[in-house]
Parts: sequence; C-alpha cells; structure tokens
Amino acid sequence: MKQIAILGAGPAGIEAASLLASLGHPVTLYEKESEPLGNITDKAFLFPNFADAQEVAVTMRAKLDNPNITLRCNTEVTQLLPSYIAGFQEENLTGTPVWKVNDELYDIVLLATGYTPFDAHRKEELGYGIYPGVHTSLEMEKMIREKRIINSVGDSPKRIVFLQCVGSRDEKSGNHYCSKLCCVTAVKQAIEAKKQLPYCEVYVFYMDLRMWGQGFEEMYRTAQQDYGVNFIRGRISEAGGTFDGRVQIKAEDTLLGRPMKMTSDLLVLMVGMEASKGTRELATQCRICGEYGFAQSKDPHLHDCQSDAPGLYVAGACKRPMTLSDSINDGRSAAYEILTSL
Amino acid sequence: MFSFFVIPFCLGVVALLVISILKYYHWIKQFDRKQQALVRRNILSWKFVPALWEMFRECLLHWRITKHHVLLGYMHRSLAFGWFLLIVVGFVQAMVAYPEGHHFYVAIFFNYFEPRSTVSGSAAMPFLAHLMDALLLYVFSGLTLAILKRFWSKPLGMKRTTRHNLTDRVAKGALWCIFPLRLLAEGATASIYGNGGFLVLAMGRLMQQIGMADPIVEYQFWMLYSLALGIFFTLMPFTRYMHIFTEVFLIYFRKMGLRDSNTKSGYTLFELSACSRCGICIDGCPINRELNITDIQGVYLLKAIRNKDVYNRIEDISKMCMVCGRCSTECPVGIDLEPIRRQVRAEHVKEIDRTEGYQYLKSVHSFNAVGRVAYFGGCMSHLTPSITHAMEQIFEAAGQSYWHMDGEGTLCCGRPLMQQGLVKQAEELRNLNRRIIKKSNATMLVTSCPICYQTFLHDYKLDIPVLHHSQYIDMLIQRGKIKIEPSGKRVTYHDPCELGRGCGVYEEPRHVVAAAATLLPTQEERAKSLCCGFNLGNTSIDSNQQTPIRDAALRNLLDPNPDLIATACPMCKKALTHANRVAVEDIAEIVAKQIKK
Repeated sequence: MKQIAILGAGPAGIEAASLLASLGHPVTLYEKESEPLGNITDKAFLFPNFADAQEVAVTMRAKLDNPNITLRCNTEVTQLLPSYIAGFQEENLTGTPVWKVNDELYDIVLLATGYTPFDAHRKEELGYGIYPGVHTSLEMEKMIREKRIINSVGDSPKRIVFLQCVGSRDEKSGNHYCSKLCCVTAVKQAIEAKKQLPYCEVYVFYMDLRMWGQGFEEMYRTAQQDYGVNFIRGRISEAGGTFDGRVQIKAEDTLLGRPMKMTSDLLVLMVGMEASKGTRELATQCRICGEYGFAQSKDPHLHDCQSDAPGLYVAGACKRPMTLSDSINDGRSAAYEILTSL
Repeated sequence: MFSFFVIPFCLGVVALLVISILKYYHWIKQFDRKQQALVRRNILSWKFVPALWEMFRECLLHWRITKHHVLLGYMHRSLAFGWFLLIVVGFVQAMVAYPEGHHFYVAIFFNYFEPRSTVSGSAAMPFLAHLMDALLLYVFSGLTLAILKRFWSKPLGMKRTTRHNLTDRVAKGALWCIFPLRLLAEGATASIYGNGGFLVLAMGRLMQQIGMADPIVEYQFWMLYSLALGIFFTLMPFTRYMHIFTEVFLIYFRKMGLRDSNTKSGYTLFELSACSRCGICIDGCPINRELNITDIQGVYLLKAIRNKDVYNRIEDISKMCMVCGRCSTECPVGIDLEPIRRQVRAEHVKEIDRTEGYQYLKSVHSFNAVGRVAYFGGCMSHLTPSITHAMEQIFEAAGQSYWHMDGEGTLCCGRPLMQQGLVKQAEELRNLNRRIIKKSNATMLVTSCPICYQTFLHDYKLDIPVLHHSQYIDMLIQRGKIKIEPSGKRVTYHDPCELGRGCGVYEEPRHVVAAAATLLPTQEERAKSLCCGFNLGNTSIDSNQQTPIRDAALRNLLDPNPDLIATACPMCKKALTHANRVAVEDIAEIVAKQIKK
C-alpha cells in the first residue's frame, strides 16, 4: 500500500483526501492551523448564488469523517524533499522517489497549501492600519457575516467605498497577475451591504470588471439596477483621515478624465491572492516554484495536477488564484491523477 | 644641433599647444557671468596654493584612484608621475650638459645629441642616466599593468572598462609605443657609443650582439620614437588624453568656486574634457550592476556630449539614470555628473502645458506660523501617512508647535521637475513655495522627504534653517526634548541617495536609529550605499527593471539578519516595503514608538 500525504486541509486538500479515502486509500492530511477548512471559514456568502458559506463549510468538514483519513492539525510542514534531492536511499519497488515530509516518508505527496491574502499594509498610501475606517475585504466579509457593518465610531456607515485590485495587477507591489475573484467578491459584498443598509451609498472603484463566471455578469447588472451600487472606473491614489474618523480618498475618474475627492465612512480594500508562506517555501524546496512564488504544474492543459517532480502532485490555489469551486474541482482532479498512478 | 627626425615631434608639440590654447580660450569665453565674476575675484587669491597641492596630488599622484584601488592607482601614477619625471630629469640632463642653453627638443632626444655624456661628461651624468632608466622602468611597470587591464581588468579592481572610439584607440596605441620606442632608440645609440644607464646599456649590448649597431638603424628608431610622440601630441586635444592638461585647469576653477549651472557653460566644457574615461563610474552604477546596461554611465554621457552626439543616443543616455549620485562620488576627477545630465535632459525635454495643471496652485495659501516649525512632508509622504503621523507625534512629544505646510493643499517642491530638466517650471514652484514660507514667518523648515530637502537646502536659499527630519529628531534627542527608550531591535539603515550622497547627511539618521534600537552595519553603506531603484530621477525605466535594483539594495540590508529595516525617505520606504521578509520603517516611526511618555 502506497503512503499518501496531503499538505493543507483547505477545500482542495479536503476534497482530494475524502475521495481517496472513500476508495479505500489511507491518507495523512497535514494542516498548520488548529482547524481544517482554510480560507472558507472567513466567508459569509458565496457568489454567485449567495449560498451560506458556513453551510458549505459544515458539509466539507463532514467529508473528513472517514477512518482512512488521519488529520494532523497544528502540524506545519517545513520540510518536503524527494530522495533524489535529499540524498537518502530508500526508494520503493517501482523506482519512483520517496518523499520526506518533515521526518516521515511517503510515496505520494499532494501539495494543496493554498494562498494567503495580500497584506494591505504594503499599500501604505491606502491607509490600512493607519486610519480606522480602512478595512480589507476579509474584514468586510466578517462584518457582513456578523450583520454588523459599522464605521470607526460604531455607527451605521452612510457611504462605503470598495477599491479593486489591491495587490493584484499592480506593478508596484510586484504582482502583475489578476487575482480573479476580487471583482465579483466586491459586487457580492456591495449587494450584501445594500441589503443590510439600504440607505447607505456604495461605490466601487475598478480598473476593469472581469465578470467571467456563470452568473457574474447578472450579479453585476443586478447590483447597478436593483441595488443602486455606483461603479467608477479609476484607481484611488491615496487615502487620508478626517477628524471625525472617516476616510478621505483621492482618485481619478478615468471615464470622465477628472481627479476627484470623496469622503467615506468605510474604505474596503479588495485584497488579492498571493502564494502562502507554505506554498512558497515548499515549492522552492522541491524545485517546482513558478512565478510569484506559486507552485508550477507540469502542463496547464493536460497535466495540471502533476508537477515536474515524480510523485508530487499540486492542487488548488497554491498554483494560481482560484475560486472555491475551482479549488474543490482541482482537488478532485488531483485525487483522480493519484489514483491512476497507484 | 638638429636632425630631421625631430620634426614630427616638434610639429606635434606645436599642434598640441596651438589647438589647446585655442580650445581653452574658446571655453573660457563661454563662462557665464557668475563664473566670470568668480574667476576675476579669485584668480590671484591664496586659493592657488590648495589648488596647486590638489593638482600635484590628483594629476600626478592620482590619489583618489589609489584610494579606490591600490594597483589601479599605481598604474595611473606610474604613467603620469613617471612620465612627468622623465621629462623633468631630461631637462635637468640637458641643462647640466649645456649650461649655456639648448633647443627644447634636445632634452627629449638627449641621448642622441649627447652620446658621450655618460662617458666623458660631468660627474652627475652617469647618475642622471641611471635615474632616467629607473624612471623608464617605473613607466614600463605601469604600461604592463595598462596592457594587462586591457585584457583582464579584474586584478586592477575594475569589472568593466570603458569602450573607446577609434581616435582614442589610435592615441592609446601611440602612447603605448612611445616608451618601448624610446628604449629601442636609446639602446640603438648605446649599441654604438656605449652611453646611457643600466637599462639602456643592457639594451645596447643586446642590439650590438644581434648586429643592429648601425647609425641607420639608430636613426630609424629615433624617427619612430619622434613619430609616436608627434602622433600622440597631435591627437591629444581630440581624444580623452586632453584630460591631462584640462584636469589641472578644472581643479583651479573648482577651487575658485565655479560650479555647473542650469545650462551648458564654459565650466561644463572643461569638465567634459577633464574626463579621462577611466570607467571607474561604470562598476558602481546600479544600472550596470543589476540590469547589465553598460552604455549609459557618466563616462558615456560625457563622451556623447563631447563627440557632438554622433550616434544620436544622448537623449536615451541622459534619461536612463537613477540620479543616485554614486558615479559622482566615485569619479576620481570629481566631475559633478548630475547637473550635466540635467542640462542634456533640459535640451531634450518636452515642455508641459501648465495652464490647466497648475490651476491648483492658486488654492494653496500661507498660514500664520510665527515661532513655529513649518513641516513639509512632501508628496511622497502623502503616500506614506505613517511617516507624517509619526512626525506629528514627535512634534507633540517635544512640545513644539508646528505647521503642517502641505497637509491639505499639496505643493510640489519642484525637484522632480528639475530632475527631468524642466528648470523653468521648477523655478515657478520654488518661487511660490518660497513666498508661502516667507509669509508664514515660520522659524525653521523640517522636511520628511530627502528629495524635497535637497532642493530646499541647495536651490531655495531660504533665510531660515532647513532640516531633514533625521537632523531635527537628532537635535531633539541631543537637547533632551524627547526621551527615547531603546527597543533592542536589530536594525539596518538604508542611506537614501538624496540624503546621503545628495546632502551629505550620513551620521544624524544613524544617531537616531542607534538611540532607538541597535544599529547594524551593512556591507555597502554611506557614500557606497545602493539605490532603492524607485528614484524619481529615472523616467525611462520600467518596474521590471526597478525591481532587481531594489532587490540588490534589500540583499545588502538583509545580510546582517535584522529585525527591521530603517530608512529616512518615503520613496525608499515604499520601494523596500514590497517583496521583503522584514518590516521597513522610517526613522520617525521607529522613534515615535519608543518615546518615553
């Protein structure tokens, strides 16, 4: 029986583990946090159908109740090396390398270490961590979930401004790529905010709105037509504080070709996705680190769940920004690839 | 005493003198008014004495190059000082032999005209002949190094050397031939008459043995020697070797207080020709080091200007520069490259339409700030609000009333425009700022941005003290206005180009960091510090090119494994913040966190 390790108990890791386990293969699932599920736990509702994220999370959690799955929480993997790099001798009969995960040996490893949200402190001009009215999209999601959207002095905000592409498509921060799901997330959050605070003005500042998925374009139209969300093409150049704890923003409306100033109770920064620390370090160790610290798959079309290292598979947002449903599908694909190799 | 072979040499000397004098006359005539006045005032002053010392130290001993690299300095010194002494001792020889006077060329071709001097001349003659040979040997040692450097420059401390054009190469060839030909010519004479010092005599014996002791052979070698000299001297005013004399003048003018102005002046022309194209400016340049672009450095800028931009590249050359000032600090001739680059940029810059863009200037007003410090954060500090916040906390902790001059209506200091060569527009902004500051009656100006600090300090000529916040905080600490509790964090400090090399402020920020934390030294710091890559000076670089320059600076800062990187420039802070493993903070932020309540 081949030994299988899955690194990261997020959507991709859980899906792969449950599929392999249900077919009778024992797997060891490593998770650095005390609880599995990864980034889903932060979410309130999921686009495009506004499904309750916590219900999805409960279903995902239930998939781990399988005797073939050994879940090791609070276990951060710091070492991932194949025998041909680490130089140890044990190889199995088929001649593929044996992988060392921390101090244990496995035949097959699935890297599903995921992403980490962009640290908004790095865009200092946007005032995150300096002005109390500036939040990230994660904090906004939490406020939506708790149904307590408040400004810096605890009142209901009269105006909320969302800013897209914070840390994605941004040459200055070194991330040239699109994080793919912030556009639709802002539309989703704008609608949720309007649902909870019907008299609040909501603005979304964007470069392009990329409504690529099923139902996204409809959501965007609904946001404008039914909820009165204002979309302004242009980036915010700087944010400043006001004496009453609000945020003053300077921006340019690039459709009108005019600079503009606006004061808002809340400024929500739609932070992009970066390779997580684990992804970056482990991908570097086993030499599959691609652009921007993400893990590189063998081929984006035909072998997207395999890597150049034999016995090492990759799934989910450790490869590139991915939505929840993409990650789940990708975990399933990786499980299938692993099964065919057994 | 005459022989036909002296003619090429004499013609070369005449050509050199006539062309050089004409050129110098022409350049001096192009001095602007201020420069003329300075020359008139200082030409006969005591400043000649330190100038003379510097001329001796730099033109002959090449002291600054020696400080850069010992062997490279030796090479330059042996060629310059060695040759100089050869000429001086040659004249001494001729004077001893002909106390009643002689033609000037006799000193150069002394062994030919006076072959019997060491045998039957005065007692000093053999000594002088040996001295001459020792000097020739000294020059040879330098020549060997120069030839080595041509093919393998690393042992002489240079990773890259300058690419020269054809005339420079021909002149270099002539120069390299002069000394071996001299030895051969003197050896040929010695093979017949047995005169000369130890080296020449040995050469003479060798030539005798291989049957070259023949007056015709001797004449040929002297002719070749004279030709090499003649070619070199004739080419000198048109090649980089013009620096030999020009540097002497440049040193004198600089000691008189002359500096570059906003437009090309006579002084600039002296600087252009004083560049020896040694190429020392190339290795330190971040654009060479990180981007491998090796044709835009100071030496190529000056070369392109001097050659009237025959390849039509001068605009690209002038723009592709971080204006970090590293080249100017390393230039052994002390040429200030930034103003020259700015002059070229100004010649090629497109005028901007100011009618709409400058509308906002009308809305910026003064504020009554009697007895207060005017605080100018600068445009970049608007993008790094934690710095201005920290400064506000520090002002409050020190009990100093202040006026945040650009807190609301932001006015640019003008330096970014200045760097692009938009001199007039920058002047407009300066005038406006000057008026606002004057009207406010503020007693001191403190700025957080070294870019602003540099122009407030050098270009504004304000009648109140101008301080960068590192200097201001240092002053507050020293006078006990604020008390700081050291945090014990291990910190490396990044010298901003504009503050360090630009204004010479290296110590104050270090005092401040040392007061609030533990300061760690880095490999390349102070005048040798690395550019953060995001300097406003370069508008033709893209972010893919900026990042490797920044990463090099980060590598240097992260090498001692610090807990925190400190800097004193909002621009550097923004640059270093991305792609780092360690937090980056301005010294004001570090201090504000450690103030004892």
